[in-house]
Amino acid sequence: MRTDVKKINEQTPYEDLTEGLIMFAGATAKKFNTGEWRTNTPVFDQEKCRQCLLCAPVCPDGCIPVKDDKRLDFDYDHCKGCGICYKNCPFGAIEMVEGVEPPADRRTEA
Amino acid sequence: MSVTSIRERMSGNEAVAEAIRQVNPDVMPAFPITPSTEIPQMVSSFIAGGKIDTEFIPVESEHSAMSAAIGSEAAGARTMTATSSAGLALMWEELLLAASNRLPIVLTLVNRTLSGPININCDHSDGMGARDTGWIQIYAENNQEAYDNYIQAFPIAEDKRVHLPVMICQDGFITSHAVENILLLPDEQVKEFVGTYEPEEYLLQPGKPIAVGPYSISAYAMEAKKAQAVAMENAREVIKEVADRFAQMSGRQYGFFESYRLEDAEYVMLIMGSAAGTAKQAVDELRESGVKAGVLKLRVFRPFPEKEIAEALKNAKAVAIMDRVESYNGNCGPLGSEVTAGLFRNKVFIDTVCYTYGLAGRDFTTDNVKEIFGELQGLVCEGKQVPHNRYIGLRTREEQ
Amino acid sequence: MNNTLEIRWHGRGGQGAKTAALLLADVAFMTGKNVQGFPEYGPERMGAPITAFNRISQDPIRVHSNIYEPDFVAVVDETLLASVNVTDGLSEQGAIIINTPKSAEEVRGQLRGYQGKVITIDARGISEHTLGKNFPNTPMLAAVVAVTGVMKKDDFFKQMKDSFAHKFAKKPQVIDGNMKALEMAYMVAEKAI
Repeated sequence: MRTDVKKINEQTPYEDLTEGLIMFAGATAKKFNTGEWRTNTPVFDQEKCRQCLLCAPVCPDGCIPVKDDKRLDFDYDHCKGCGICYKNCPFGAIEMVEGVEPPADRRTEA
Repeated sequence: MSVTSIRERMSGNEAVAEAIRQVNPDVMPAFPITPSTEIPQMVSSFIAGGKIDTEFIPVESEHSAMSAAIGSEAAGARTMTATSSAGLALMWEELLLAASNRLPIVLTLVNRTLSGPININCDHSDGMGARDTGWIQIYAENNQEAYDNYIQAFPIAEDKRVHLPVMICQDGFITSHAVENILLLPDEQVKEFVGTYEPEEYLLQPGKPIAVGPYSISAYAMEAKKAQAVAMENAREVIKEVADRFAQMSGRQYGFFESYRLEDAEYVMLIMGSAAGTAKQAVDELRESGVKAGVLKLRVFRPFPEKEIAEALKNAKAVAIMDRVESYNGNCGPLGSEVTAGLFRNKVFIDTVCYTYGLAGRDFTTDNVKEIFGELQGLVCEGKQVPHNRYIGLRTREEQ
Repeated sequence: MNNTLEIRWHGRGGQGAKTAALLLADVAFMTGKNVQGFPEYGPERMGAPITAFNRISQDPIRVHSNIYEPDFVAVVDETLLASVNVTDGLSEQGAIIINTPKSAEEVRGQLRGYQGKVITIDARGISEHTLGKNFPNTPMLAAVVAVTGVMKKDDFFKQMKDSFAHKFAKKPQVIDGNMKALEMAYMVAEKAI
């Protein structure tokens, strides 16, 4: 009865949708690249970042991955560009730039 | 299976409480309201006395009762509640959610009028008000049927073809507070009949997360509603199957409705709830004086058995359609509207007269029934018209 | 409803007319009958006039309306005679049973021309004598059983003894008083018929 969310779309006949549109699956949001809804894009300056990690918990979409006590670059597939992380960074290490794509030279290697 | 019955006497509320004790549901969130108050009260006593281990949630309103019922059922617990009148009205928003989330909650409704004027007595305005909320609705004539219907509610609601909530209705005070004879079933038979609740998917299942009630954009919502409507269609066969299985255990056979002396009936009263018993008594008396009268007692109002009703009425000359609710629609009550539409759609062109009776506890007697059959005869034999949506038992200047 | 005995009770909210109707249904049930016992709720407060009803039959009972032409009427509170038409629809072949220390002749004048049997029973006096308190229901129940003949005397007393033994399991000292109240009332009513 588990739902394969990738098999459901706006062309699916009613007989093939789940009962009550219940999602019999977890974390299905990952499978949709909502990052394309972005109009402003946060970019992250590794030089200025002190790894205080105040940014990660405030992200409403969980788009700031943390590994070994260090934040990595944004998950641009899901970041909607709300700017909360930018407002929260005490060190000016996050900048908002116009457009959906972060400038190529500003991307940090994961 | 041989039939074992325990001869008892109790009120309709006691009968439902007894069924709850036998089923031992997992959770009951409830808020008291007359005339259903005794049900949560008695269930609480059963819990306090260690007879059942149902989790009783005393909530602050019926809105919360149905909200808690939705959460609890989605979490995988067999859940039920009880209410009446304004209590059901306060559940309104959640009733629709319970159905659209496809949760097999069972609600025992003790029918009481909706205000105003404020009044505590019986009519069907509460249940009829909720007729399009997506709940299956089954009405009882007496304490026996309230008990029997309650036991059948869980297997109907929980069937995979259905997965819809069920409302088990009985008339406030008239049956809820009347002590009458009843045949109970042994505890173990009821438990076996209802079975243990084992939903395949539910919220509190580690490693198998689900999301219930997600926002659905227009591209999906209409499809979801259609699927829900199909589940209501599916309920027809499930209700029949469960009734047949119940008959094997109890010896009491139920259908969408009871056909009482209908085979050769020329004049029929279509009625629901406790007044059907009064109608049957009057029909027996009319038959003795040569009137070919019959009663169609509707039991299952949702899903609405339109085809079966048309089939049962096709040889009659006239039918009185009895609504215990005023719809304020300038036409007639819900039974009047739906039965006449059903007859028309099935090309059964007999005389129909819609009546309103028994509002807010107004008594309905065998004399009233006989008067109505007299009007049907007058209509058929002498062409005497009866006013549309005529009120029975109403004081008027003309009659005084 | 030829085979059905119909009884209407008149009392005041809080006096237990409903309880008496349910008790009668209970004992009749115990003797194998089909029963119905139900109240009609008016204004929900102490002292307001209330009615309660019984149907008792060998056959299943299907009618769910109040009773307008009772075979018998029981009045738990005689002050109601002034304000309520207690004999309304009452069968002249039946009887009215009234809780009062007065005689039948003394109360008949208040019965709006009722020509049938009038039976008075001092349920209050009997109750106070046997139980030390005013519980008119128990004597009224016995009087109603005696007058209506709804069940055999022995069956009634046996059922009531069992019922009291169950009800008063924690205070058996009141069982004797209750049985005595039943016996006294039954005797008075039996004589009056």
